Amino acid sequence: MIKKIALVAAASAIAATTVWAGGHSSPEAQAVKARQSHMQLYAFNLGILGGMARGNAEYDADAASAAAANLAALAAMAQAAYWPMGTDNESMEGTKALPALWSDFAGAAKIGGDLAAASASLAETAGDGLEALQAGMGPVGGACGACHRTYRQSDN
Amino acid sequence: MGRFLRLLIVLAVFMGAVAWWLTAPKTVPDDFLAGLSGDQEAGEVVFHASGCASCHSAPDASGEAMLVLAGGRGFASPFGTFYAPNISTDPVAGIGDWSATDLANAMIHGTSPDGQHYYPAFPYASYRKIAPQDVVNLRAYLATLPADQTESRDHDVGFPFNIRRSLGGWKVLFAGKDYVQPAPDAVLERGRYLVEVLGHCAECHTPRNALGGLQRDKWMEGAPHPSGKGSFPAITPSKLQWSQGDLVAFFQSGLTPEFDSTGGEMTEVIDNLRQLPVSDQEAIAAYLLALD
Repeated sequence: MIKKIALVAAASAIAATTVWAGGHSSPEAQAVKARQSHMQLYAFNLGILGGMARGNAEYDADAASAAAANLAALAAMAQAAYWPMGTDNESMEGTKALPALWSDFAGAAKIGGDLAAASASLAETAGDGLEALQAGMGPVGGACGACHRTYRQSDN
Repeated sequence: MGRFLRLLIVLAVFMGAVAWWLTAPKTVPDDFLAGLSGDQEAGEVVFHASGCASCHSAPDASGEAMLVLAGGRGFASPFGTFYAPNISTDPVAGIGDWSATDLANAMIHGTSPDGQHYYPAFPYASYRKIAPQDVVNLRAYLATLPADQTESRDHDVGFPFNIRRSLGGWKVLFAGKDYVQPAPDAVLERGRYLVEVLGHCAECHTPRNALGGLQRDKWMEGAPHPSGKGSFPAITPSKLQWSQGDLVAFFQSGLTPEFDSTGGEMTEVIDNLRQLPVSDQEAIAAYLLALD
């Protein structure tokens, strides 16, 4: 009987610890959250530009320049700390980052460089009219797709 | 030997003959392409709409290199890994010596020029209804692409799936089917042809049964990725909730209405879709919006 109680107690303790650990993000989970937030900021600013480019919103030179400047600033940020080893989708839940990203970090970094260059150039021209905005968005979207093609799990 | 046993043997032989006949590779009628001549420009649209380069270009190819159809990409599935063959214009390594009829037999019946079944990783179960004119147009366009001498790689498929004759049974069950959706007007008819035939969208976006046949009653409702990791989303309007404009913009940019950029295989599909006429992009969107 006592043995049984001890066993139940031990099991409860383990369960409680697990729950407690779940409430506190691991460094890996925090890194994933950080990079997903960063992606969210890309998408939000791209959405402002895309809304104008697609004719869903009126073109506004100042708003376009501001959003493009945000994109350029985001792309220029040092992001290596978002992508520690062991945060691919084979190693943990909650991420779609493929192991290929770590086996070919140079390839991914090159695309990051392309994004930085494309968004910097968009930041210079987004205020010059709708056509300039539309033309400048292509290479930005291309860089997004290039990275997601190779390094993100298929889900959409 | 009893009469009953003798009858049983006769019956078994007969059933075997029927099965052998049923599983024989089929070909198109001799006059299927009679009188047709190919148009390279129109063939280029068929090429992009059918997504040939997405599978048959070399692994990791992008940009102009997508037009070198050297093959070699691997496709993992529960049945083994299939490797796309060389379909470049090289007459030995590729299909440079194929006639338009050879291409028709491959795309419509999944039958090779030497009378073998192809594995349905090659989506002939979708291409089945390609228009004869589009076959000759595609043949004409393929002939303009570069030759490559890379040898096709053997599929890595275990028993019993390595018995090609058994694919005849698979075809009886799952290939050569009629359209899934009605097409009440010309736009929806074009959209249906692009989605259900050339675009072979259902090959990924519709779930499969244990034998790898599409579950046509769950049309475009999304499916797990055959590699076991990830999934293909549902693209029915009730699940996707995208407008016609959202869909067309996605086909042109790869950006969702939330301005996420698509990933995985779909990036290559977008590379194909963005090269289609806008009227075709709109027809695809109209078809999808008419689902469920």
